[in-house]
Amino acid sequence: MTERVTYAYAVARNVGGLEEAAAALIGVADAPVHLVRGTRGDELVLAVSGVSAQDFQEDALKDHLENLEWLEAVARAHHGVIEALAARTAVLPLRLATVYLDDDRARSVLESEWNAFADRLSHLAAHIEWGVKIYVEPSAQPSAPSPGSTAANGLSPGRAYLRTRKAQQSVRDDVYRAAQRAAERVEAAGRRHAADRARHRVQQGELATAPGENVVNDAYLVPIDHAEEFRTEVSGAADGIPGVRVEITGPWAPYSFAMPPAASGDAAEGAHS
Amino acid sequence: MTMPGPPSEVEPLASRQVALVDLLDRLLSGGVVLTGDVVLSIADIDLVRISLRALIMSIRTSPPGRDSGD
Repeated sequence: MTERVTYAYAVARNVGGLEEAAAALIGVADAPVHLVRGTRGDELVLAVSGVSAQDFQEDALKDHLENLEWLEAVARAHHGVIEALAARTAVLPLRLATVYLDDDRARSVLESEWNAFADRLSHLAAHIEWGVKIYVEPSAQPSAPSPGSTAANGLSPGRAYLRTRKAQQSVRDDVYRAAQRAAERVEAAGRRHAADRARHRVQQGELATAPGENVVNDAYLVPIDHAEEFRTEVSGAADGIPGVRVEITGPWAPYSFAMPPAASGDAAEGAHS
Repeated sequence: MTMPGPPSEVEPLASRQVALVDLLDRLLSGGVVLTGDVVLSIADIDLVRISLRALIMSIRTSPPGRDSGD
């Protein structure tokens, strides 16, 4: 039998039936989920499961995290547990791959951070997170004119090239200004409905498969009773703005707002609003 | 190692497959950062994240937080 350590998913506000619901969940590496309770009370619990110590020791984990297939499987399992809990109660998601030697060590963290967890949970309760991404469509980028048109204009190839570049630059500027207009509409919806905003890095690279260039990648913390209004207003933010697309993801558990703004030493977010 | 399996049979909120890139935005830069036992210190997690980001964001190399639009 391989040695097991404790993988922690989230702190949750305890509600009736949560224990049974958690016990029905399968977490990372197909392990059953269970709740760890503190000795300070029954209000907060930590959702955990056992994982192989070998896979989650420092060196192995560093290697695994560079393996996209492994990372995806862990990320989806982590997310599956969070979502199932979030459907029942307020949750404070933990960063991926938070691992303790055993349940007792996890319990001691729950107890030592009890007040901070309780504060943050009451802040996040009855809120959801929407992701809002703004894209500049690739079709908005002009292509080079056909060679025939420059000849027809009687321009030298050099001048024709410069003129084309200038025209392209100007279309680009227009498109980014248009994206800015959509962004301002999103921000206005945020001011009307959202409690907080966090900014993620714009998505680029091989995993960013959506068409166009991502220019805004934000998350908004929205009270549940404003969730649909926010969604409706944001999904119309690019209406009448050609070349710009707004994409909404979620509702998410409040991942991007799990850390309070002040305590967040995380430059990736800088939650504010 | 065993590959971790799919999440539970429970399908909460909505049964949908979220995009990995959106999920990683949240799982690698969101969530509460606690110091774990066995594993990586917080600083190490940052290192992992940066190397990962290099993989995912094959172009951009600037540090995270192209922030403060307002």
